[in-house]
Amino acid sequence: MRLQIPLLITLIVGLFMLGQFFVPHKTGEEIYDALLVWARIIGAFALVLGIGSLFQRHVANIRRRRPEWGYSVVTLVSFAVMVVLGLWWGKDEGTPFDWLFINVQVPLDATMFSLLAFFVASAAYRSFRARSPEATLLLLSAVVVMLGRVPVGESLSHKLPAATEWIMSVPTVAAKRGILLGVALGAIATSFRIIVGIERGHLGGESR
Amino acid sequence: MWHRMMRLDRRWIFLTVALIVTVPFIFQWALPPGSVSPPTRALYDFLEKLPPGSPVMISFDYGPASMPELQPMAEALARHALKRKLRLMGIALWPQGTMLCQQAFTTAAEGTGAREGHEWVNLGYKPGALSVILGLGTDITQVYRADHREVPLRDLPIMAGVRSYDDIGLVIDLAAGMTPGDWVRFAQSRFGQALGIGCTAVMATDIYPYLQSKQVIGVLNGLKGAAEYESVTNHTGRASLGMTSQSIAHLAIIFFVLIGNIGYFASRGRRR
Repeated sequence: MRLQIPLLITLIVGLFMLGQFFVPHKTGEEIYDALLVWARIIGAFALVLGIGSLFQRHVANIRRRRPEWGYSVVTLVSFAVMVVLGLWWGKDEGTPFDWLFINVQVPLDATMFSLLAFFVASAAYRSFRARSPEATLLLLSAVVVMLGRVPVGESLSHKLPAATEWIMSVPTVAAKRGILLGVALGAIATSFRIIVGIERGHLGGESR
Repeated sequence: MWHRMMRLDRRWIFLTVALIVTVPFIFQWALPPGSVSPPTRALYDFLEKLPPGSPVMISFDYGPASMPELQPMAEALARHALKRKLRLMGIALWPQGTMLCQQAFTTAAEGTGAREGHEWVNLGYKPGALSVILGLGTDITQVYRADHREVPLRDLPIMAGVRSYDDIGLVIDLAAGMTPGDWVRFAQSRFGQALGIGCTAVMATDIYPYLQSKQVIGVLNGLKGAAEYESVTNHTGRASLGMTSQSIAHLAIIFFVLIGNIGYFASRGRRR
């Protein structure tokens, strides 16, 4: 019964959503609207679940004094500070929450992402080698696109931006479209397997 | 010599990149962004053709990590919309999007006399991205009862007559994640909503198929796209300043790649 009921719910709701897309009946639309509201409520609870999981993990790190447990203390203290500030003073402009977001979180997040620039430059110097015809083609395309996407490239040659657009619009889109089609077909197959109960990973079981 | 070069300490590379990125910002060197690419021009032209008073919705689906590329886009688009007297609405499918929207709209509205709730509004974040995108197609009030300040939608003059996608002239998704695909699949395909995308440069290849199939009207591609939009709207902002650093950084990376390859082939020849 523990497995059958969730499978039955999945089957009924999955078939309903599939049918509702093609059948514009008033009752069907009302049920569909209600399901959308339920999905948003479940999404909000998923946030609560994520926060609970974060807490559990970091409290366990601190209790067991795992390596670098100090960062877990920082995480939990930061979390508590933002929650208290947000609840007490609100999150509008000029509040302490807003100040911390703009002056702490934004620079920290941007800094972490900016590290990529340094590692890309270092990796390009060390690893980007024209070892084969394919690698050479990739290297030349990368050079054309990098030059075409900056104003300096256009000053070097008026044809560079057009060449960049061609690379982005023709060979890249051809490959991307193939990948998209494959992903879409895979998603359809997996969705069908979930609806009819063949795929049970989301219930903690194995596929049949 | 080549052998020593191949073993160059990477901290020299880091120092070079740090200098070439920061010096143009310190001295405020702004390069003209050059010609405007067709995807940017298409988005601009569409906004230009919308009649005054048309609602335009911008979805802030990114966080602070992608701010350097996407926030200048948001400000340029918001500025253009307010100048055209379009009704500007902001939503967020990422939690941090609410505050980024508030920042962008407040900055764009400076000096224009545009007021929150009248000419622009920030509806805030709602969880469950797919259900939000679908819900907006049926009834906005089912998704958003109030804006981010908890002012009910019925008390906001800007929301008068706006019930669903049928009443919205254009939706623009500023994205650092997978949301453009959701907007195309659910808002554009199901409801026929006109859609524009602003994305980080690494994601642009994911969006171009939709551009070619005309499911997306136009794309702002990374910092260059933001600089192009600033140029076409006659405004020099952070994106235009950033293009100088990006130009020199790209030239530096090409130089490193060339030197690396020359060193590799030279040392391979010597080994033979």
